Amino acid sequence: MMKLKKNIATSEAGLIFNPGTGDSFSVNNIGAEILLFLRENKSQNEIIGYISSKYDVDRIQIEKDMDDFMSQLTDYNLLE
Amino acid sequence: MHRRNLSIKLTDIVNENPPKRKVVIAVTALNAVDSPGPGVAVIRAIRECKDFEVRIIGLAYETLEPGIYMHDMVDKTYQIPYPSAGTDALFARILHINNTEHIDVLIPNFDAELFNFIRISEELGKLGIHTFLPTQREFEARDKINLFNFGKKHDLLMPADRVVYQISEISKAAEKFGFPLVVKGKFYDAVICNTIDQAEKAFYKLQAKWGLPVIIQEFISGTEVNIAALGDGRGNSVSIIPMRKLYITEKGKAWAGITIDDQLLIDQANKFIRATKWRGGCELEIMLTSDRKPYIMEVNPRFPAWIYLTASAGQNQPASLVKLALGQEVAPFKKFDVGKVFIRYSWDLIIDISEFHKISGSGEL
Repeated sequence: MMKLKKNIATSEAGLIFNPGTGDSFSVNNIGAEILLFLRENKSQNEIIGYISSKYDVDRIQIEKDMDDFMSQLTDYNLLE
Repeated sequence: MHRRNLSIKLTDIVNENPPKRKVVIAVTALNAVDSPGPGVAVIRAIRECKDFEVRIIGLAYETLEPGIYMHDMVDKTYQIPYPSAGTDALFARILHINNTEHIDVLIPNFDAELFNFIRISEELGKLGIHTFLPTQREFEARDKINLFNFGKKHDLLMPADRVVYQISEISKAAEKFGFPLVVKGKFYDAVICNTIDQAEKAFYKLQAKWGLPVIIQEFISGTEVNIAALGDGRGNSVSIIPMRKLYITEKGKAWAGITIDDQLLIDQANKFIRATKWRGGCELEIMLTSDRKPYIMEVNPRFPAWIYLTASAGQNQPASLVKLALGQEVAPFKKFDVGKVFIRYSWDLIIDISEFHKISGSGEL
């Protein structure tokens, strides 16, 4: 299970701050919701389930977007 | 009969609000210009410290150094002779100023003047003027020309280099380091070169500007981080604050930066302070590679211009240096605020011509 690094600061407005590098990022509303779930150690499947129940989007599309989002978080060294 | 003794000794009376000691502090590098000296930032941090009241004496080389005219920062300014005038002229001028001002602590902040101030620091001490500077040996050892050997001696990661005196030596260095490589002036300036032609051009340019030797250095790519540190001279780090540059000027100076928390960088700075028993403030310029190797690119033997950020982040390095200079014990700081950002800005200071005439004519304002 992918987890956000403990020292990474996030805000409800979708701002991410990495205190180890000084990097800042911003994500949209859904990204901010996903970050909150990651913070609560929810699994990727649980998060996808929640998004597909809340938004009228094809589950395969959500899975694809979720994979992209997670790989961006990995590239930016924000996951454990 | 037992008689109660109602007398009290005067020494038993403790004034709970003793007047704060007014410390007279002389500071150089008041050139708060586009590529600023650290003086005004040092003063700002010291003035913020609640432990003492201060009278700030500015020591200026040029009559248009903005700090001279910042009267809420500097109480009185005196011109001092350029470093090229030598230590005798400098000492004579400080002696003259001290007769009026009774300086407690003197903080020099320019690379070019430090050699002279270190040489006269003992004599200054006899006058009651405290400094807190590295030894001449450590000051010279971290010079650009000696940097690689300095790193080897202390087991610190530094880019390999070759000190060259002739243009013919460049090709040998290029064979060793490959391209790109960095051609650096003796005192200042660095040029990244991708071909022998570029390296030779840079050699001539830097030789003409700064003299020989010229340094050819291995190119290290990574993230640039600067560290402001204060050593107590016994191997202990009183304060270490890493800052990542967020915005860089054409001259490579930080125009904005943020405090970051990276234990690897803090450990590297600790290692430097411990190995050198560094006394005073310094700035380590670090290149952190993608595989997290912290190369020390340069060691500046004084506070950086962004030093006020250390005070804002909870570790007031200039004020701590004043305490150390006065012989007080200063416990190492344990934490600082991560994510504090500084953004430098320009401000047009308006002065009357009479002020300019006064400092130009009498060397005092």
